Amino acid sequence: MRTYDLIVLGGGPAGAHAAIMGAELGLDVLLMDENDAAGGQVWRAPGGAFREAPCGVDAKKGSALRSRLAASAVSCRLSRRVWLVERGFTVCAIGPEGAEQARSQALIVATGAVERHVPVPGWVLPGVMGLAAATVLLKSARVLPGKRVVVGGAGPLLPAVANAILSGGGRVAAVVDANPIGAWLANGANLLMRPDLFLRGAGWIGRVRGAGVPWHFGHTIRRIDGKGSVGEVHVGRVSVEWEPAPGPELTVVCDAVCMGFGLIPSTDVVRLLGAAHSWNPALGGWVPVTDADQTTSVERLYACGDGAGVLGAASAPLGGMIAALAAARDLGRITVAEFERRTGVLRKQFARASRFGRAMARLTAPRLGAASAIAKEAEVCRCEGLTRAALDQAIADGAVTVNDLKAATRCGMGPCGGRICEDAAQLLIAAATGRDRAEIQPATPRPPLRPVAIAALGGPFDYGSLPMAEPAPL
Amino acid sequence: MVGLRMKEEKARPVRFWFDNEEVEAFEGETVAAALVAAGMRGFGRNRATGARRGIFCAMGLCQECIVLMDGHVVEACRLPVCAGLEVRSV
Repeated sequence: MRTYDLIVLGGGPAGAHAAIMGAELGLDVLLMDENDAAGGQVWRAPGGAFREAPCGVDAKKGSALRSRLAASAVSCRLSRRVWLVERGFTVCAIGPEGAEQARSQALIVATGAVERHVPVPGWVLPGVMGLAAATVLLKSARVLPGKRVVVGGAGPLLPAVANAILSGGGRVAAVVDANPIGAWLANGANLLMRPDLFLRGAGWIGRVRGAGVPWHFGHTIRRIDGKGSVGEVHVGRVSVEWEPAPGPELTVVCDAVCMGFGLIPSTDVVRLLGAAHSWNPALGGWVPVTDADQTTSVERLYACGDGAGVLGAASAPLGGMIAALAAARDLGRITVAEFERRTGVLRKQFARASRFGRAMARLTAPRLGAASAIAKEAEVCRCEGLTRAALDQAIADGAVTVNDLKAATRCGMGPCGGRICEDAAQLLIAAATGRDRAEIQPATPRPPLRPVAIAALGGPFDYGSLPMAEPAPL
Repeated sequence: MVGLRMKEEKARPVRFWFDNEEVEAFEGETVAAALVAAGMRGFGRNRATGARRGIFCAMGLCQECIVLMDGHVVEACRLPVCAGLEVRSV
């Protein structure tokens, strides 16, 4: 097994910049990513034969980054599914050639974020997908989610997805935005910290509204109906805290729904390694505790990008570079003075870019009121088919932590490992027990971090491979 | 094709098999994207409830778009299409 100075997990804007910076500082760097190209979600590579045919700002940035990475001394292992990380650090992954491991002195975790969902009845129907999933379809495959799409939830992905559907020649039946229009406007000063991004976002919204698409501010999708797949959605008013509010219910006919309520930092790896975490709704929920140089509470373990707190793709590269400089400092490759000198400018840029990211994250900060929007019959744990009523019953019976709820109901124990439902489970426990969300810890992290086949771990194996012990002497 | 593909097509067209049905696709795109483009929705299955599921997270987390290839469960959202590929529903 090869030992590197530094392993970077995640090849998005944060991780790729961390890896390149690490290599420039003379470190022996390995970058691993689940996808077959670096770029992460925002700077995602167009898939298959579309690859490197840039269209749009993000695709061009992604292309430039992939070229820089290819020209750098970074060793890249793509299409790798990391399923276990141990202190020390040892990374275990499944790649195209099967199981593999690598060791490193320092580890930078840049694993990005997953989408937050507020379950509604019917959200398990085929044709319903996350906003993030829609961006993958639209960017990588250039396929529309449906012929008549409802885009719902909260935050910047609403205009991004609606605009991408329209640009691709599709139809958006409605945008259902949990936030009132005032929530978008309240952040004006911070949004102007990045006038380019502000104008792009404003352009998306203008284009969607200009196309005559109804934009229902202060509304959420209450129910999705259809036979076999999506047929219509029922939309109702919500308060600023996303609680259902009185008012007429609208019905919108559609064949696809793209929904999501912002992003949750993916903290599986850092939690598995025992790093301290804290509840920070402004950054998307549970985040690793880091200091100004992206260092976690575990020695030589760093977190950056959305996985360290959702601040978006504008600040992620800066966080990644700071993390790499911190790793080089801690490995004795650069002096503390050199570290301070080089991070000075980066920190200022990071703070500036973060103000834009924070303003966006504020639009999707988890709201306690969302708990009252989850209907009794809504399947919260999609894998196990567990409704809110079933979870509420278990909570009333004493399951007051996520671990309790897992043990009592199997919530979060299906194939997704709780990655889709755990946030909602935490929310329901907080709401039912009247506690702050900061008191509801995530479930104890357990490998495998991704589903892996036992056959893939074992490799080719037959009877002759069994180790046979010497017979005991009679 | 049901008109869900955007106009600019550059990739190499290929055909693959889903439950013995021929599906037109582009080499290198994911099976999930190709099935959505072909108008198929509930090609995955929830193994606890038996319900049909579609593409949901598109990034290998939710495990809802699973299909069978050579008898093994694979995520359609991470499986690239190649000419003549044979996959089945679970």
